[in-house]
Amino acid sequence: MFTPPANWRDLPARDRREARFAAWMALDGKPMATPAAQATFTRHTQRVKDIIDLKKPDRVPLLPFMGSFFAIYGGITAHDVMYDYAKYTQAWLKYNRDFQPDYLVFSGAFNPGKVFDLLDYKVYRWPGRGTPKTQPFQCVEAEYMRADEYDWYIADPEGFYMRGYMPRAFAALSGWAMLPTVFATMELPMIPAFMIPAGLPPVVQSFKAFIAAAEAALEYAGASGQADGQIMAELGLPPLPGGFTKAPFDIIGDTLRGTRAIMMDMYRQPAKLLAALERTVPIAVQMGVGTATGQNNPFVFIPLHKGADGFMSNADFKKFYWPSLKATLIGLVNAGLVPYLFVEGGYNQRLDVIADPEIPAGSTYWTFDKTDMQAVKRKLGGWAAFGGNVPNSMLHAGTPAQVTDYVKQLIDTVAGDGGYAMAAGAVVDEAKPENLHAMFDTCKSYGVY
Amino acid sequence: MTNALVEAIADMREEDALALAKKQLADGTPPLEILDACREAMAVIGRRFEAGDCFVPELIMAGEMLKQISELVKPKLTEAAQAQKLGRVLIGTVEGDIHDIGKDIVTFMLDINGYEVKDLGVDVPTAQFVEAVRDFQPQVVGLSGFLTLAYDPMKATIAAMRAAGFTGQVMIGGGQIDDQIREYTGADAYGKDAMAAVALAKTWIGA
Repeated sequence: MFTPPANWRDLPARDRREARFAAWMALDGKPMATPAAQATFTRHTQRVKDIIDLKKPDRVPLLPFMGSFFAIYGGITAHDVMYDYAKYTQAWLKYNRDFQPDYLVFSGAFNPGKVFDLLDYKVYRWPGRGTPKTQPFQCVEAEYMRADEYDWYIADPEGFYMRGYMPRAFAALSGWAMLPTVFATMELPMIPAFMIPAGLPPVVQSFKAFIAAAEAALEYAGASGQADGQIMAELGLPPLPGGFTKAPFDIIGDTLRGTRAIMMDMYRQPAKLLAALERTVPIAVQMGVGTATGQNNPFVFIPLHKGADGFMSNADFKKFYWPSLKATLIGLVNAGLVPYLFVEGGYNQRLDVIADPEIPAGSTYWTFDKTDMQAVKRKLGGWAAFGGNVPNSMLHAGTPAQVTDYVKQLIDTVAGDGGYAMAAGAVVDEAKPENLHAMFDTCKSYGVY
Repeated sequence: MTNALVEAIADMREEDALALAKKQLADGTPPLEILDACREAMAVIGRRFEAGDCFVPELIMAGEMLKQISELVKPKLTEAAQAQKLGRVLIGTVEGDIHDIGKDIVTFMLDINGYEVKDLGVDVPTAQFVEAVRDFQPQVVGLSGFLTLAYDPMKATIAAMRAAGFTGQVMIGGGQIDDQIREYTGADAYGKDAMAAVALAKTWIGA
């Protein structure tokens, strides 16, 4: 947990960020197991800070985003990852020990199946509950917010989430649809009427499921904290990326409306969609600030989905996708945080738009998938740190020699001025271990400045 | 009058398009003529898509308009009005992957371009593809997958279909598909979007 200093309100964004970095680099005062681990921790935190500051670090940092590769490598299934914490811990330790990445990059694949079972979660399928036990969780889009519910969401997003979205997204919480607004607690005579629905059987059932899921989540947090604490202390790997938020367009498009519906809304009710996007900005900022502060980490991970090349025209990107994302990024930067944008798909058509001078230079990090990295360097170089682009297809179907050449070529052509990190284009699930080793080893040896 | 309908659909004016279709039907325009206008509009949208002037929202809106107009027209259609199909394409998302948005758009664009498309849905086991190839006798099979975890099921599906005697063409597509994966899976081609899938079908089957 990051505790802001007393003069926080008076601090400019730069100083806030320095304070967050300093707290992250001190790791809440937790000691490392060995002086070597401590030295690694210090070197690696400084390295990523240097690239955000657009400087040349000691060498190119290695920042691949981990999916379920560690599980496949460790010989356990996606189901094991979500249900058997002992097996998870073993595989997670093995991956980090064998590969010695620069950072303890939280694996997106590690999530507690029991919590979702207890909530009877509908928005995703997970191993054994809609996907085979060998395959990780996947999202199933649906209209969890109906076309005529924009006004409700815009007027009261949290109320809509609690009484509209959550009872649909979690079948075990269907009773919450009956809950009154919390504003009905403002005077003594109102409180009995406010409390009554919570005593009705469907609501009682929902709260019981909620508490059971919360207990399962604590169990998961304990297992996760123990495994990560051990890796941090033993190997000196700093945890990344820390906080999490999303682009407002993706918040509404991914799990509230779905791709089809939000894209029809762009034509059928553009004004409502734009109002909802604007309304979502402070929510997105707050989510990033809250999660990063809780993790004592200056980074906020933001996966970008529906604004990629081909999804919409540049004119629509500028109208629907970018303004609320830009406002979110500025909000995070002002809170002293570093947005860590995970740009899925191609962004070749968007580079001119995102390199926006109103976002301060040296304040963001962008990792790309299928975007032309020479163009990225031309447009973003000197303004923002960037990385990515090692093809996941090559990591799985290529050879170590191919991967080595690709990594060297990236370092030769786009890493020269610093402000650059090595990463795979997408989340690392399928990959040949020898290919991932080739990527890591080449970056560590060839990426020295 | 038909041109106005083509323009309304191609320019994404949904209300105008529906009003025009209704008016034309009421005025006695043959239903087939209205459907021809829809096809013409889709050809315009397809060209705009290839030129980079139309994107996913436009394909989805066009699909929605066509669905609504088809529903208006259908009661007045005779069986003879069924258009001759150009060829058969079997499509599905491979085992373990449940993503459907890209696959659905490809299915729609192939359908609108005159191909008979059988869509097996998502998370389709290899055996189901093999069975459908035998029963449906497609000239082309399209395999979809969003995750890198779709690579091996794609490879296995293609090998199994070949082993069962399928001699047609296989195209693959999805977020993490590229030429390296085409080679790895043994597919004949990969397409980066729905129009690429249509172009491949045209090359292989004819238009």
